[in-house]
Amino acid sequence: MKPNKFWSWLVFGLGAAYFIIPLVATFMFSLSMRRGYYSFDSYASVFSDPRFQATFGYSAVIGLFSIVVGILVVVPAVYFVRLRLPWLRPAVEFITLMPLIIPAIVLVYGYIRLYNSSSIIPFTGSALGTDILLTCAYVTLALPYMYRAVDTGMRTIDIQTLTEAAQIAGANTAQIIGRIILPNILVAVLSGAFLTFAIVIGEFTIASLLNRPAFGPYLQNIGANRAYEPAALAIISFIITWGAMGMINVLGRFAPRTSARTD
Amino acid sequence: MAAFLDVQNLTKTFGTTTVVKEVSFAFDKGEFISLLGPSGCGKTTILRMIAGFETPTSGSILVDGQDITTLKPNQRQLGMVFQAYALFPNLNVGDNIGFGLKIAGMPAEERRARVDEMLKLIGLPGFERRYPYEMSGGQQQRVALARAIAPRPRMLLLDEPLSALDAKIRVSLREEIRAIQLDLGITTVFVTHDQEEALSISDRIVVMNSGSIEQLGAPHEVYNKPATRFVATFVGHLNTIEATVVDAATGLVDIDGQTVTVPTLPATASAGAPVSLTLRPEVLSVGAREGNDITLTGTIADVTFLGSVIRLRIALGRNTLSLDTFNDQRTAPPSRGEPVTISLASKDLLVL
Ligand SMILES: Nc1ncnc2c1ncn2[C@@H]1O[C@H](COP(=O)(O)OP(=O)(O)O)[C@@H](O)[C@H]1O
Ligand SMILES: [Mg+2]
Repeated sequence: MKPNKFWSWLVFGLGAAYFIIPLVATFMFSLSMRRGYYSFDSYASVFSDPRFQATFGYSAVIGLFSIVVGILVVVPAVYFVRLRLPWLRPAVEFITLMPLIIPAIVLVYGYIRLYNSSSIIPFTGSALGTDILLTCAYVTLALPYMYRAVDTGMRTIDIQTLTEAAQIAGANTAQIIGRIILPNILVAVLSGAFLTFAIVIGEFTIASLLNRPAFGPYLQNIGANRAYEPAALAIISFIITWGAMGMINVLGRFAPRTSARTD
Repeated sequence: MAAFLDVQNLTKTFGTTTVVKEVSFAFDKGEFISLLGPSGCGKTTILRMIAGFETPTSGSILVDGQDITTLKPNQRQLGMVFQAYALFPNLNVGDNIGFGLKIAGMPAEERRARVDEMLKLIGLPGFERRYPYEMSGGQQQRVALARAIAPRPRMLLLDEPLSALDAKIRVSLREEIRAIQLDLGITTVFVTHDQEEALSISDRIVVMNSGSIEQLGAPHEVYNKPATRFVATFVGHLNTIEATVVDAATGLVDIDGQTVTVPTLPATASAGAPVSLTLRPEVLSVGAREGNDITLTGTIADVTFLGSVIRLRIALGRNTLSLDTFNDQRTAPPSRGEPVTISLASKDLLVL
C-alpha cells in the first residue's frame, strides 16, 4: 500500500468514526430500554405517544406550506432576476444569505415586536395568524437553500430562449413559468423542498418562542424528561433528514438532459 | 396590393450605439426574404423587433395592414425558429409541436391531428413520443420548425436556424425549409450571415451592413448587379484588378504591363491615374473563348480542388486573380507555375 493512500484512509476512517460512533452509540442506547437485552420498546413508546403524532403532523403540514410558499416566492423571483434584471443578482444573492447571518432568535423577536396582539397587524393574536407567521419564518430560514437550488436549476437551462420560444407560441408569463420553467427545474425545486422540510422538522427556536405545538419543542421536552425516548427520537429525526437528503440525490438522475447536437 | 410585411424607418439604439438605422422594406405575402450581412450588422435585432422581443427606438412594423409595433410577442401570431433549436426539454416531440395549439385552446383531438400532419410534413412521422435529447440536431430543428408553423402563424421568422448544424445537414435542411415554405405559402424572414444560403433559398434578399440596408433584390440581382462595393465583396467572391489609366477617352488601361480596353471608366479618370476593376471568378476563362474581348497572360500561382469546380489563382504581376473552371475528369488539373492565357468579356467587368 502506498503511504499517501494509507494516510488518506486514516483521515477518512477518523472522520467516519467521528460521525458514526455517536450515531451507533445513540442507536444502541435507544434499544436498551429493557434491562439485559435489546428491544425497540423506546420506539414503540415514541410512536404511541399522541403528542409525537400531533407535533410531527403539525410540523409536516407547516413544512409543506413553507415549501409551497417558498416555491411561489423564489421561482418567479429567480426567473425575473435572471431574465430581466441580471445586474441585481449580486444584491439578491446577498439578501438570500441574510437568514444564515442573522440568528433565528433575532427574527422571531422582530416578529413578536411587530406583530404582537396589541399591534396594528396582530398576527400572534390567533393560532392561525401565528401559524402564518411561523410559515413565513420557515420560508425565510430556508431561503438560502431554496434560492441556491432554484438558481442552480435555472442555470442549466437557457431560460431566455425557452421563454421567447414559448412567448412567440402565444404563452403568457404564468403559462411560461408553470408549463416550461418549473417543469424543467423541478428536480432543483424538489431538492430545495426537501432541504426546507428537513429544516422545518427539527426547528426549535422560532416554534418555541411563538408557542406552537411543533416537533422541535416536543423533542426538546422529551429530551429533558425521559431517558431512552430522546435517543429513539434522535435516530428517527436522523433518518427523516437523511431520507430527505437521499431523495435529492435520487432526483438528480431525472435532471433535464441537454439536447445540443450538431448532427 | 399593399405589402404584407411593411417595415418603416426602423431604428434601434442600445445605450449610445445605434445598431439598426432607419431600415425600411416591404414584402408581399408568401415571399421568402433573407436578411443577409456580416455578424453584428443588426439582422437579429431586426428579427427580434418583428417578433416583439425588442422594442424599436423608432419606426413601425405592419403585418397584413395591422400595426404590430407595440404588441406583445404572444399577441403577434408569428412563428419563430431559433439557432439553438430551443425545444422544451420537458416535453416530448408531440407536445412541443402542439404547445402553441394547446395555449390557443385547441381541443385535444384536433391538436393530435395537426401534430400528425406536421410530423408528416417534416418527415418525422411516428416521432411524437420521443424527447428532444433523443434526437439529432437536424431532427430537433425540424421539430422546432414544425412547432413554429403548427399554429398557422401569419409569418415565419428564422434566426440562423442552420448555423449550429454540420455542413451536410445544413444544405439538405435548407432545401427542406424552402420546400415546406413554398408548400404552405407562408411569408418567411430568414436571417443568415451565409451568402450561399441566402442566394439559394430566397425570393428576395436584404443585404445589410452596420445597421443599414446596402441592397434589396432578388438573388440574381444582388449577385449580378451589386449596388455597392460592399455587396459585391460580401455576396460571392470578387476579383479586384489594380490598373493604371493610359487613355481615358478610349478606355485604354494598363494591367501589369498588358494594355487592354475597358468599356467604361469613372468620369474622374485621367491618364496615369490608378483605377480598380472588379469581376467575378466565373466570368474568366482559361484560353480564348467566344465573346471574350480581353486577353491576359500570367502564371498559375495556386490550384484549389473543390470537387466539381477547380479554383485557380493566377498571378499577372502585382495582381492575382481567382478563376473557377469546371473539373474535367478526362484531363489532369493545371499545375502550379504553368504559364496561362485567360480571357474575359469587357461587359462583365463591374464598375464600382
Ligand atoms: N441587448 C443588447 N444590448 C446591447 N447591445 C446589443 C444587444 N443586442 C445586440 N446588441 C448589439 O447590436 C449589434 C447587432 O447585433 P445583432 O442584431 O445580434 O447582429 P447580427 O444578428 O447581425 O449578428 C451588435 O453589435 C450587438 O453587440
Ligand atoms: Mg444574429
